[in-house]
Amino acid sequence: MEFFEKLMSIDRRVIFLFVGAALIVPLFLDIEQKIEITPEVQTLYDAFMELPPGSKVLMTFDYDPPSAPELQPQAITALRLCFDRNLKVIIIGLWPMGPMQANLALETIFIEKKYLDREPIYGVDYVNLGYSPGNELVIQRMGSSIPSTFPRDFRGTPIEEIPLMQGIVNFSNLDFILNLSAGYPGTVEWVQFAVDRFHATMGACNTAVQAPLVYPYVHTGQLTGLSGGMKGAAEFEVLTGFTGKGTKFMLSQSFAHIIVVLFIIIGNIAYFVTRGREKEKIG
Amino acid sequence: MDSVFSNTLAAILTIGIISFLYKDNPLYKFCESLFIGVSAGYWFVQQYYANLLPKLFDNLGITRLLGAENVADGALQNLFVRGQWDENLLYLIAGILGVMMLLRLVPQIGWMSRWPMAFIVGSIAGLYFITYFQSNAMRQMQNTILPLNSFNNLVLIVGTVTGIIYFYFSKEHKGAFGGAARVGIYFLMVTFGASFGYTVMSRMSLLIGRLDFLFGTWLGLVK
Amino acid sequence: MRRQIPLLLTAIVGFVYIIQFFIPHRPFNIFEHLFTDWFLIIAACAIWLGVLNLLKLSLEKVYKRGKDWPYSVVTVAGFLLITIAGFFFSGGRQFQNPGTPFDYIYVNIFTPLSATMFALLAFFVASASYRAFRARTREATLLLLAGFFVMLGRVPVGDLITQWLPVGYRLSNLTDWIMNVPQTAGQRAIMIGIALGIMSTSLRVILGIERTITGGE
Repeated sequence: MEFFEKLMSIDRRVIFLFVGAALIVPLFLDIEQKIEITPEVQTLYDAFMELPPGSKVLMTFDYDPPSAPELQPQAITALRLCFDRNLKVIIIGLWPMGPMQANLALETIFIEKKYLDREPIYGVDYVNLGYSPGNELVIQRMGSSIPSTFPRDFRGTPIEEIPLMQGIVNFSNLDFILNLSAGYPGTVEWVQFAVDRFHATMGACNTAVQAPLVYPYVHTGQLTGLSGGMKGAAEFEVLTGFTGKGTKFMLSQSFAHIIVVLFIIIGNIAYFVTRGREKEKIG
Repeated sequence: MDSVFSNTLAAILTIGIISFLYKDNPLYKFCESLFIGVSAGYWFVQQYYANLLPKLFDNLGITRLLGAENVADGALQNLFVRGQWDENLLYLIAGILGVMMLLRLVPQIGWMSRWPMAFIVGSIAGLYFITYFQSNAMRQMQNTILPLNSFNNLVLIVGTVTGIIYFYFSKEHKGAFGGAARVGIYFLMVTFGASFGYTVMSRMSLLIGRLDFLFGTWLGLVK
Repeated sequence: MRRQIPLLLTAIVGFVYIIQFFIPHRPFNIFEHLFTDWFLIIAACAIWLGVLNLLKLSLEKVYKRGKDWPYSVVTVAGFLLITIAGFFFSGGRQFQNPGTPFDYIYVNIFTPLSATMFALLAFFVASASYRAFRARTREATLLLLAGFFVMLGRVPVGDLITQWLPVGYRLSNLTDWIMNVPQTAGQRAIMIGIALGIMSTSLRVILGIERTITGGE
């Protein structure tokens, strides 16, 4: 009994130590894990696969570096998929640092050998239109005119001089939108404005915190596919046949979840045993 | 060399924050205070370049007035140099409202900040009134009207309806209504539990990101 | 005047945004465009207000030599560091371009600090799971079980410990079901509840019934 009482009052630093160990040790291990594909990620992947080559995909980078561990692997996989399938990518950001994250993802991709041989051409295969302040109001303006919302790209080139942007007026000229979101403004706002008001087709990659909040949109068809957190990143990578950080970190993620689950179990056992004893005392 | 220094600086700050896990200490307090200062400065600069400069100062012509050469003339130049009315002069109202917002710092005339505040609140109210009605109320209700031909549909309907009943506080939760509200709580608890699970996943991912930085990018121990 | 004008402002702006949703043409789209820019300018000033207030408090603390005042010096120094770098040494409007001093501070100081601050929550979530996640009542048990299954079912190990079950009935499938059915139902109820709340509050604000925001009662 004393053991359980001690367990109940264990120093929290011991718990921290276990969590740290559970996350660090797997970084050095190389164990292959089977990653199950969820229907939401499969739908997202299928949506990309159904797009004919040459289709125009708008990728909105609505996150910043603190959320990068979850969203950057998803961004890299989505960009690779677009380039491999010859889909044209238009990048924007409603978060100031979003377009920078896109550039970092592109840098990561372009050092791969297959892209060194045939690197996608800026302005033809992809373009980065940069950040525009205004949150959801930017989406609303894009509904009437994308060129007036983004008159210049990230590098300062006028939009009319960019071949990829020729003929793009509003959402009706885009074939798919992928929103990478870590909060506000993000998936909720894109659904409210781009999907419900301007009838665009959209999928989303979210942080795990945000993913449960947008599940109802998947069920209603407002979202065509959803990839949530590191697990979503790993699934997306498995589907595209590319092993990136999402897959690599799933081992640490597994260990972390196991340790939290064990804490819950041990905490409850200790609680019920000590509570039973207290009742006996009172009795 | 430069990247070694940058990574070491970032690593020290990372360790500084993590050191709080042992106990509150001067290094953590230093990092925390630095974080507050730097993030305040970040938003200060960011808002200036993203909003105030292009939307207020450029449109009014203040940037041009201060000697910037790569900027077009603004409303003030058009009015006073060419004698033409420029609709961008209306941005002066926004500028005045902005200054009124800053006057909150002066307690004697702090009440003036109510005007810009009213503008902000009115904008958000008008904007959200329709969008939430369309996307989050109507579309969700519409998709809850499902055929009762499967167990999942039944659970979805019962869960949504009883959940909404729980949020209805104008009637006392008693009898059949109370029973439905009780079922609603159960669904909400499952929802919160699932959200908790996903939150754990998210926070662990962020920590993995930092550890990957420390052991991979900085120390080069993880490939 | 102190109260009437704010109420009028709220009503005009609110109605313009509602009308332009249905009639996105002149003159409403022009008003919407203008009001949006005004909104962003005022919002920027609101953020400046917060920052200036922080500075005011920090400087007051330093001046009065309050508790832990040296850390307030660090806060002010951090603010000045990135602000001076952003305004004077980072090429003006291109202040965020890679390689600028502003970008350097952002990447090497701001990012590790903010990312680690959020990452720290991982430890506290684990600690809270151990200390507070108890199956005391039926509701708490449901919450605990949902979290338990979702945590295990969303990592490969979940299927590993239930691989003796037929395909389609393993932990990942159970998690899929939780997320797509009861979780979606609960989330939808919350979503509808919030939407109705936002709609009624918006209407009260626009019609001037809700006056607390403008200093009324």
